[in-house]
Amino acid sequence: MRISRGERLANYVILCAFALFALWPILTILVLAVGPDDSAASPEQGTGFLGLHPENFVNAWNVGRFGPAMLASVAVSTFVVTTATVLSIMSGYAFGTMRFRGQNALFYTFLVGLMVPTEAIVVPLYFDLRSVGLTDTFWAIALPQVAQSVAFGTFWMRAYFRTSSLALVEAARLDGAGSWRVLWLILVPIGRPAIVTLVVLTFLWTWNEFLIPLVMATSEHLRTAPLGLAFFQGQYTTGFTLLAAGAVIVAAPVLVVYIVLQRHVIRGMLEGAVRE
Amino acid sequence: MLRTAEPTTRTGPDRLARAARRSTHRPPGQPGWLPYAYLLPAFAVYAVFLLYPVLRAANLSLYEWDGLTLGTYVGLDNYVAVVTDPALRAAFGHALVLTLFYAVLPLLIGLLLAAIFHRAKVRGLGFFRSVVFVPQVVAMVVVAVAWRHIYAPDGPLNRALATIGLGGLTRGWLGDYTFALPAVGLVGTWVETGLVTVLLMAGMSRIPPELYESARLDGAGAVREFFAITLPAVRGEITVALTLTIIAALKTFDLVYVTTRGGPGDATSVPSYEVYRRAFMIGEVGSAAAVAVTLTVVIFLVNLVVTRLGDRETA
Repeated sequence: MRISRGERLANYVILCAFALFALWPILTILVLAVGPDDSAASPEQGTGFLGLHPENFVNAWNVGRFGPAMLASVAVSTFVVTTATVLSIMSGYAFGTMRFRGQNALFYTFLVGLMVPTEAIVVPLYFDLRSVGLTDTFWAIALPQVAQSVAFGTFWMRAYFRTSSLALVEAARLDGAGSWRVLWLILVPIGRPAIVTLVVLTFLWTWNEFLIPLVMATSEHLRTAPLGLAFFQGQYTTGFTLLAAGAVIVAAPVLVVYIVLQRHVIRGMLEGAVRE
Repeated sequence: MLRTAEPTTRTGPDRLARAARRSTHRPPGQPGWLPYAYLLPAFAVYAVFLLYPVLRAANLSLYEWDGLTLGTYVGLDNYVAVVTDPALRAAFGHALVLTLFYAVLPLLIGLLLAAIFHRAKVRGLGFFRSVVFVPQVVAMVVVAVAWRHIYAPDGPLNRALATIGLGGLTRGWLGDYTFALPAVGLVGTWVETGLVTVLLMAGMSRIPPELYESARLDGAGAVREFFAITLPAVRGEITVALTLTIIAALKTFDLVYVTTRGGPGDATSVPSYEVYRRAFMIGEVGSAAAVAVTLTVVIFLVNLVVTRLGDRETA
């Protein structure tokens, strides 16, 4: 390679500058969240621990009522991820390993769901669910997201099952295992990487979802974490410190998952994007 | 059983292969309804909570309805309004401007960065990749809260401008009629650039090194190398990047809801926000549905057109 020292150095400078640009807004929030509280109404703070003020998170948690919001988010995410994953494994299994009439038409029907924006389903869903008294319930927030996740999950799991080892399946069947046992005792354990990626992506999307809970949840105990943050931002105008702390609280679970499973996230987002 | 209608006049090996495949897919004793049983739960949820609502949206869009009293059938009037109503035209126009910031700008920056890193083979790319991907995973509401602070009249951006002697440029960026839309757009640029760069880097890493060797023997410089080899090789990735980012621009909602609520005036109104505002704030459900359906159709077309263009150029 004819890359000079100077060029190499310049590349590292560009690399660092861009990385800093990507992290800067998030670092700003993080620094402000642990800094001294800037709201006039707050009681006098000491110098804090090493100049930091971790108590800001406790204050934000209480003032912004993030407790119930985080609980709602955990409940919705757990339900959506579990249900969507199990249903997608089953439908992906059918599409990936079996042959049946209407297979292609059905699969394209699922693919359509990947492109439909939430805006298009949330309006009719709200008014239809209202007429049966289901708005402002857990189900109104969770089930539409299961439907969206199942569209992607079916597509994702079908791709995995198509590449799964047919010889292994064949051997198990000769041993007398039915299709149900082949799926859960052989293919699912082997397919762990693909399934973990699906679980992580579904979790990220569900945790971050904003429009569906915004429309469906009116009572406070159903407000998810991003919704809680948006409302807190609208009401709390005396300072920015607690708002920043609230933003960190809402982003924390997703960031932890990302840090631990980043390979899955990046791979999933890049591969999931490259359809077919 | 389902497959007996197939012609049986195939040649030997082919038929054997089909027979073998059939045996893997339909072992003896596996009933024909089995695949449907596996599909049913997923399809039921999908049909009730996604497919049916889309059809209902199309149906609602033909009515004038306030969400409470009886609606009146108005045919395609709501769609005519998408083209003629200045407020809706503005919203779609703003979405087009956002596309520049969400898709075109990240693509240009991403191509430049990916090409630089690809050429120099710098170390620490794995770490870099993880870092620039962060904006993709954090909730848009969190991103919006952060940027609202950055753009605030007494926020970091204005302080930085004042420090470097450009105090005359300071303003409340999100409250400014001229600058609010570009300010929102730049947040999109920030969110999407990392994704596009990582996508392009993955594409470039698959280019066989021999291609460059021969180009260098021919005396090609870095720029010619880029246009002759690198750029054509990542067409597929460019297609994917454009599809993803254009659609992200068209679906902008959380960001506008938290930062500007479409304001000042309607300077940052976008189709998604218009859907929400019309359906749930001012009681124009039919119009909201028409905007939503139009948005859906536009997204389908973007998918189709961008993919087609990519295919044609590679062929």
